[in-house]
Amino acid sequence: MISEKKNWPITILLIICMIIFILIPLYMVVIIAIKDPSDMIHVLSFPKELRLQNFVDAWVKTDYPVKFINTAIITIITLIFTLPLNSFTAYAIVRSQDKSKFFKFIYYYFLSAMFIPFSVIMLPLVIQASNFNLDNIWGISFLYIIFGLPMNCFLYSGAIKNLPLSLEEAAMIDGASILKTFWSIVFPLLKPMSATVAILSFMWTWNDFTMPLVLLTEESQQTLQLAQYVFKSQFSVDYNLAFASYTMVLLPILIVYIFAQKYIIASVSAGSVKG
Amino acid sequence: MGTKKVSPIFYIIVIIMAICFFIFHTIPFMQGIFYSFTNWKGYGSWDFVGLNNYLQLFKDPDILGAYSFTFIFAIITTILVNVLSLVIACALNAKIHFNGFLKAVYFLPYMLGNLMIGFIFNYIFANIVPQIGKNLGIEALSVNILGTENAMWGIIFVTVWASCAFNTLIYTAGLKSISSDIYEAAAIDGAIGIKRFSNITFPLLATSFTINVVLSVKGFLMVYDQIMAMTNGGPGMETTSIAVLIYKRGFTGGQFAYQSANAVILFVIVATISILQLRFLEKREAKYND
Repeated sequence: MISEKKNWPITILLIICMIIFILIPLYMVVIIAIKDPSDMIHVLSFPKELRLQNFVDAWVKTDYPVKFINTAIITIITLIFTLPLNSFTAYAIVRSQDKSKFFKFIYYYFLSAMFIPFSVIMLPLVIQASNFNLDNIWGISFLYIIFGLPMNCFLYSGAIKNLPLSLEEAAMIDGASILKTFWSIVFPLLKPMSATVAILSFMWTWNDFTMPLVLLTEESQQTLQLAQYVFKSQFSVDYNLAFASYTMVLLPILIVYIFAQKYIIASVSAGSVKG
Repeated sequence: MGTKKVSPIFYIIVIIMAICFFIFHTIPFMQGIFYSFTNWKGYGSWDFVGLNNYLQLFKDPDILGAYSFTFIFAIITTILVNVLSLVIACALNAKIHFNGFLKAVYFLPYMLGNLMIGFIFNYIFANIVPQIGKNLGIEALSVNILGTENAMWGIIFVTVWASCAFNTLIYTAGLKSISSDIYEAAAIDGAIGIKRFSNITFPLLATSFTINVVLSVKGFLMVYDQIMAMTNGGPGMETTSIAVLIYKRGFTGGQFAYQSANAVILFVIVATISILQLRFLEKREAKYND
């Protein structure tokens, strides 16, 4: 019954929509970024001459290297700590909740926190964060690790429940400690779920705007996204400069996507179908 | 093993994580509730005012405006996103050429971040759409719609653009799991085209539909980034969502306690809607899965 004939009309329709709604806007970002302001009569035409000065200006004006490093530090710290800590927390909960009500309670405590939107805790959080000196890139990384717990515990515990107990039991009988068993047997088995958690955390920390906006008030601590917002008023007269700046923000994520696209799509859909 | 005892190290990690979570998530949440019964401005002294803030909220035109904007926005956007995503997902699931490439490009907007998307479309609405509108003689489009009473539609367009990627992915995953045997059996029974979609495909997508609708409504009720990037809540208060109002008035308007009460109401609404939706849609799922 399955015919091998491919459907050209649907293919063409999808290609047309893709070009109009996705590729043209992105093409526009890049083409404006490499144009001179005097060359903007036909926005989408090729530039009369390539102007890379926009990138240099945006680089200097927004202090790009500092903002890039800040964003990278936040993202990397969050990932390094989120994966082992959240997976081990989920492991402790799953392996203990049949034996102790306390762990069951903690599981539901984390789950119920998922219903609290960020804007609900935003105002007091800013005060709490400044009490603990968390209004900098290190503090915000800590908060990302903590705030990711409910979602990640939920994702990891689903994966842990599907692991066979026999491997762990064998390791324990051989005298391996719980930490060693987790690290050398369980954590490697959780790799697919760790990929999902890593990608979702990366997207969250790299693209987040609200939390940096309310917490990172000092200019030296700002992230790439926040810097775009802060410089918005200076950009408004010079679109070429603005789009050069946007291009530099979007580029790292586009590069990641081009190389890891299959992996990212598979991970995100795995995460949300289980989530 | 059969041991009934929980290892101490499990207690240590869970207690440490739970305490951190409690301090930085639960305490701010409770502080918010606490302050909502006071008249604190965010600085200086304060007194208890009972339910005063809550009573004020229901009479405040700015608050009511923000709620009606947010609800209308969330309902329209949820419907548009889910209909469009379903159409795109069905198209991507057909026997098309360049399957992998097309799927990858349609998922791309998910990667870009709402603030950046907002900035890009800000330019498009200000400079490109008016030109097209003038050339086509459509009056509503010949000015920057973000500056008119139609600004909401600009925000809706951008949100739909950004959100379709994720929703489409969920629907394609759901479509993939429907085996071709079912379609073959349906074809014998004469179910093709629209009939096949409404009697077979859509009911079998119940799980994907639940995920998408619940996440959409919850996300759109908290809409924030796009608005900050595109209209900053304007013109006037036209596109001020609840989250934008909490941010603006809570931090700089001296309304810390008052906006905390607003936040508590937002929490009650989001939690109630999410739970009701889950209940309702899970029942619907169970019905179709029988």
